[in-house]
Amino acid sequence: MNVLLDYLPEFRDGFLGTLAITVSSALLALVLGVLIAGFRVSPVPPLRAFGTAWVTVLRNTPLTLLFLVAFFVVPQILFQGASPYVLGTLALGFYTSSFVCEAVRAGITTVPLGQAEAARSLGMTFAQTLRMVVLPQATRTVIPPLSSIIIALTKNSAIAGAFGYGELFNVSKLLNDKGYAIAWIFLWTALAYLVITFSISGLFRLVERRLGVAR
Amino acid sequence: MSGASVLYDVPGPRAKARNRVYSVVGVLAVLGLVAFAVLRLNAKGQLDPAVWQIFNYAGVRTGIRDGVLATLQVFAVAGVLSLVLGLLLAVARLSDHKPVRWFATGFIELFRAVPLLITIYALWVILLSNRDALGLSGSQPQFWALVAGLTVYNGSVQAEVLRAGINAVPKGQREAAYALGMSKTQVMTTVLIPQAVRAMLPTIISQLVVTLKDTSLGYIVTYEELLYTARLMSTNIIVNGNDTYIPVIIVIGSIYVAMCLALSGLANWIERRGRRTRTGIGVAAAAEPVAAAGATDAAGPASEAPAPAKD
Repeated sequence: MNVLLDYLPEFRDGFLGTLAITVSSALLALVLGVLIAGFRVSPVPPLRAFGTAWVTVLRNTPLTLLFLVAFFVVPQILFQGASPYVLGTLALGFYTSSFVCEAVRAGITTVPLGQAEAARSLGMTFAQTLRMVVLPQATRTVIPPLSSIIIALTKNSAIAGAFGYGELFNVSKLLNDKGYAIAWIFLWTALAYLVITFSISGLFRLVERRLGVAR
Repeated sequence: MSGASVLYDVPGPRAKARNRVYSVVGVLAVLGLVAFAVLRLNAKGQLDPAVWQIFNYAGVRTGIRDGVLATLQVFAVAGVLSLVLGLLLAVARLSDHKPVRWFATGFIELFRAVPLLITIYALWVILLSNRDALGLSGSQPQFWALVAGLTVYNGSVQAEVLRAGINAVPKGQREAAYALGMSKTQVMTTVLIPQAVRAMLPTIISQLVVTLKDTSLGYIVTYEELLYTARLMSTNIIVNGNDTYIPVIIVIGSIYVAMCLALSGLANWIERRGRRTRTGIGVAAAAEPVAAAGATDAAGPASEAPAPAKD
């Protein structure tokens, strides 16, 4: 009980840290995921191959390994001295993008064939068909799997804490080092995660209801 | 592929030319990125043959082998235990006794909601501080924390998968089993669970792939599995004044991807095989009553339907 009250600022910072990295890497994953899904259904074979390779490799790599790559390889190739927040966002965003891509691709296949055929017969190009006709209709079926992907992302963000980014796992580690009982720390951290994941699923349910259309 | 090709017309001569341009540009862009990375790594001396020479040393090879074995060991124990726990929790959540149901629901929801890393870390701390009382030595606290964490998390997920499978078994199966005078336990163990496991096998194996990937969290509780071994090696082996992160990460990454691909390949194979047998003779005979029951429901409107259908 006292752990939470004594270290409220730390818990608050950790909570906000988890929230921040979740939001930024979710945005990165959504943008990349939709883009790669577009690659995977595109008429250009090399882009399709690239999309497939992207998904296969990233989905079968442990996230911890991606964090190692982000924290030790990326600085060698690109830029040195990036903050753990940026590197963690990169690792989480890239990893999650492969799952988003698969969800979007599955959503595209649920759009009735007639829609794409109608768009094509109107003379729309591939990009137009996808952007104006297929993807807007795919959104509805993509929302529920997307919700669980983002919740998984929230939970995965704990690994960023192990790499020195200040979030809830980091806080629980810190407080444990100070000698507080791990059971209480665990319960409070669990509660904080529950708050975030319940808000995410509530948010997505709201979006789902707004987008819901009687078929 | 049939879903994809509906998105664009069959390319004519101009579209073909345009696609070729896109292909070249795309390939060049990817190659450019790869070349940039290679050049940068080369400039840092990470592609020097001497750096890659380390994989010829017996010490490095046995290190990687031991790491793979430790990873597989954790995976084997945690995989089996999580399946057992998943089965127990799924049955408990479907139990007729409220306390059992509530306990299982609470357990599943709690451990599914908490990040696995935090569970493993908490268990590790608990095991470390009670090390002497539990008689654990050496790296055993890490091992059991990792195994227990993976078990409770993946067990909860497997429980939900199995529960979905059990609920998806046609109602007639359960009713028929009760009508034959089977007890609750018999219905569950001989009728529902076999069908649920069979239907959910691809999902169960995909979750096992997740378990395999999550063994890499042992890195954070300093259990010497593949990733931790790799990290130790790359910081300890210094070639030309550089650490050897890049070669080690590339090699270890390939091993992980290969292991996961092998397992998901197994899932795909079972899924294809299951799909084939489901249409086969053996299962079709058993599934017939269900289809017939559905047909009688549909027979009402259907019997009136043929007349307009003929027009």
